[in-house]
Amino acid sequence: MSAQAAEISPQEYKTDEHPIWCPGCGDFGVLASLYQSLAALKIHSKDLVVVSGIGCSGRTPGFVKSYGFHVVHGRVLPVSLGVKLANPKLTVIGVGGDGDGFAIGGGHIAHAVRRNFDVAYLVMDNATYGLTKGQYSPTAPKGFMAGSTPYGNIEKPINPLAMLIGYGATFVARGYSGKPRELADLITRAIEHKGFAFMDIISPCITFYNTYKVIPPQLAEVPKDHDATSRTRAFELALREDKVYLGVFYQTQEPTFEEGVAQVIKAAQASAPPRLDEIFAEFA
Amino acid sequence: MSQTRAELSVWVGGAAGDGIAASGESFAKACARSGYHVFAYNSYQSAIRGGHVCMHIRVGRQKVWTHGDGLQYLVALNADSVERYAARVPPGGAILYNRDKFDVKPERIPQGVQAIGLPVMELVGNQLMQNIALMGALYELLGLDAGAFKGLIRERFAKKGEGIVATNLSAFDKGAAFARAHAQPGGIRIGASDGKHRLVASGNALIAFGAVAAGCRFYAAYPMTPASSILHWMAKNAVKTGTLVKQAEDEIAVLNMAIGASHAGVRAMCATSGGGFALMSEAVGEAAMTETPVVVVEVQRAGPSTGVPTKTEQADLFQLLGASQGDFPKIILAPRTFNECYSMTIQAFNLADKYQCPVLLSSDLYLSERNETFEGLDITNIPIERGEIVTEANGEPYRRFLDTKTGVSPRALPGTPGTVYVAATDEHDPDGVVISDVFTNPSMRAKMMEKRMRKLDHILKELPEPELEGPKDADLTLIGWGSTYAVLVEAMQALNQEGLSAKGGSASGGKVNVFAPRALWPFKGEATRRLLERCTMTLAVEANYIGQLAKLIRMETGLAIQHHLHKYDGEPFEPAQVIAHARKLLKTKPKESTVASVVSDEGLPPDFSPIAAPGSEAVRVH
Repeated sequence: MSAQAAEISPQEYKTDEHPIWCPGCGDFGVLASLYQSLAALKIHSKDLVVVSGIGCSGRTPGFVKSYGFHVVHGRVLPVSLGVKLANPKLTVIGVGGDGDGFAIGGGHIAHAVRRNFDVAYLVMDNATYGLTKGQYSPTAPKGFMAGSTPYGNIEKPINPLAMLIGYGATFVARGYSGKPRELADLITRAIEHKGFAFMDIISPCITFYNTYKVIPPQLAEVPKDHDATSRTRAFELALREDKVYLGVFYQTQEPTFEEGVAQVIKAAQASAPPRLDEIFAEFA
Repeated sequence: MSQTRAELSVWVGGAAGDGIAASGESFAKACARSGYHVFAYNSYQSAIRGGHVCMHIRVGRQKVWTHGDGLQYLVALNADSVERYAARVPPGGAILYNRDKFDVKPERIPQGVQAIGLPVMELVGNQLMQNIALMGALYELLGLDAGAFKGLIRERFAKKGEGIVATNLSAFDKGAAFARAHAQPGGIRIGASDGKHRLVASGNALIAFGAVAAGCRFYAAYPMTPASSILHWMAKNAVKTGTLVKQAEDEIAVLNMAIGASHAGVRAMCATSGGGFALMSEAVGEAAMTETPVVVVEVQRAGPSTGVPTKTEQADLFQLLGASQGDFPKIILAPRTFNECYSMTIQAFNLADKYQCPVLLSSDLYLSERNETFEGLDITNIPIERGEIVTEANGEPYRRFLDTKTGVSPRALPGTPGTVYVAATDEHDPDGVVISDVFTNPSMRAKMMEKRMRKLDHILKELPEPELEGPKDADLTLIGWGSTYAVLVEAMQALNQEGLSAKGGSASGGKVNVFAPRALWPFKGEATRRLLERCTMTLAVEANYIGQLAKLIRMETGLAIQHHLHKYDGEPFEPAQVIAHARKLLKTKPKESTVASVVSDEGLPPDFSPIAAPGSEAVRVH
């Protein structure tokens, strides 16, 4: 991106496809915020790759003008890493749901975090599997009643923020689809962050787990005096149960994976192909 | 007088951790540099220390196709190796060992074989020099010029300083001097080589080198025997080649990373063994559905499940054929030789790019991990075909999955202006718009299926024609794939030689040829049928239990291979096993189909009587 890039309207990121989400789905708010952030950052569609998993949120790339990749269930992060390392100039945004990210794809998060490659990973968290008719997800509360838990969920939910802070993510934030302006600001900061940026976005499922009445009274901004550079403070905030805090819990700067392999990337981008004869000499 | 032969085999046996691979590979490399053809196969176990390891090094004045059937020289690093192999050493051969470690009882030494026990401590004053001293003694007995080996010692220890180099050279010389003083004349020796400095590598190294030559710039893997040496080679050469090498958390991530990299336009590959490939399965279909080129190498080992990690097998063909749900175009290539490990890897990248689909390259432990001399690789004229790529918008709306005559739609890479699209694993239309749920469209679905599947017709035309090697009018056709090909070639050459020298009603007289397809999917069924219909008698030789290639041939040609020789004990076929079975068939010309299995207990002469398959009858009639 050049500093003097022309203004881009949020509308320009819209595609001809109309979201198939249920009216009132939280994902509409996330999508609108994403358009705002992309426009604010003046990211050109051609330089943007939106990688998504499976589920309602997985349909997002179809609605954002970009090189999208709607991958198989749970594999947003490995595909994002491949894209980013193959062409570090691209802006890579990973999107998916809580089932896609924390259940079937949960094994990838720790490792994606360790690599600290430059990606913004947005999890649209509704605590349920909407597309498969409302089963309990890893973030569903105890007692959650659904088709696969007719007697109530007996597993405790994971705490995505504490988990990501524990893994060592360099940017950890929470947003809410019902506060699109604040959400857009957070997404902008996540995309701007150099390294692995994680966002847990509360995005209610109006059909299977409607929390629109339950969530707002619990919401609070991350306290003004919160020290987001302290991992300990961030962890404490993530564990607090008095409120559902919105904002940046933790942010730090660490070398990215791309920086670690700069020598290889430079060699790969060299105009001359590798000297096969020199490499071949090892067989002599 | 010494017995001069065209080839000989040295086995170095001991426990894991004894430095067998290092000594054996140095010996193999030194022989290659001295102009000999070399084949070194390490039979090892999944242990860092202990267990039993035996490196088989066969050296020839002409090409040696396999590790062969036996040995002439045994370098025994422990008593166990003597127990296992001493009885197989023929007159004129020798057993070399460290006298400080163990004794070899006279009754263990076959007639005409000399046993030379080096007093290592007394000779060199350091047990760590044992292997070098034994190599010196071996060189002396073989009467080979030690220049090449000494050169390798200098290269290997140069970084550690002149002192270490001198100590090693001195230990080598002392071992040689001891052998000179104690050896009896008349031992087996190899004739002079042509002196040409030969190249030596492992099959995996040539797959990796082929990938780099093809322009692979992204490689991901999770460590898994016997594919890990590709990862190591790639990592070691990453900066030189500009290939980003990523060790991932599991094989699911591995193939998804490679697909992501390829989506962004970089040639990408990954390699694994059967268990890892099972985890990759879903992503194989992902590559096909999103029409993303990718190359996956599957180096087979003995399964099922964790199986026998350090042993060879060819039992994953059905896994490759069946990987991932649904019908989709994929390509399965099976190199058989070192040159094909290189050239077919390059071909795999070209086919993947041209047809925008996954290419699965099958190898196996015996092909991938052995060290062998090779020649004739073309490293200057490398064909690179990236397929159709759109570099700018042409004013028309870009349709990533355009329905075309070949089924191939020009690709646009992220970063290209005006051609943004979504690659979806859901069914989609030519624009990439998902048609899997609300907008389910049966006729569009059928059209997109046909578009993708149509690629197979065009791929088929690019694959090598099936062909017979050897005499056209053979009495017996040996059929196999992958690493078994080399065993079949050696068996064919031996049997045809035998037939020539025993003309006029010999017991086994009969001509033999070989059919070993190297493109397994899509399969040239019609051409293969025409070829096999002309064969007099057929024998499929496969390192698996059920005869997967023979089943594939039957499925695609309607022809049943008559005779079957299977081996699933983890060790590769030895030529003598195939030769013996072929001889029997040529002699008796049985009409009924049989399944014979070969199981050799290492250390004993291969027991080659066909045994009953556990739990079933030994003879199966189709």
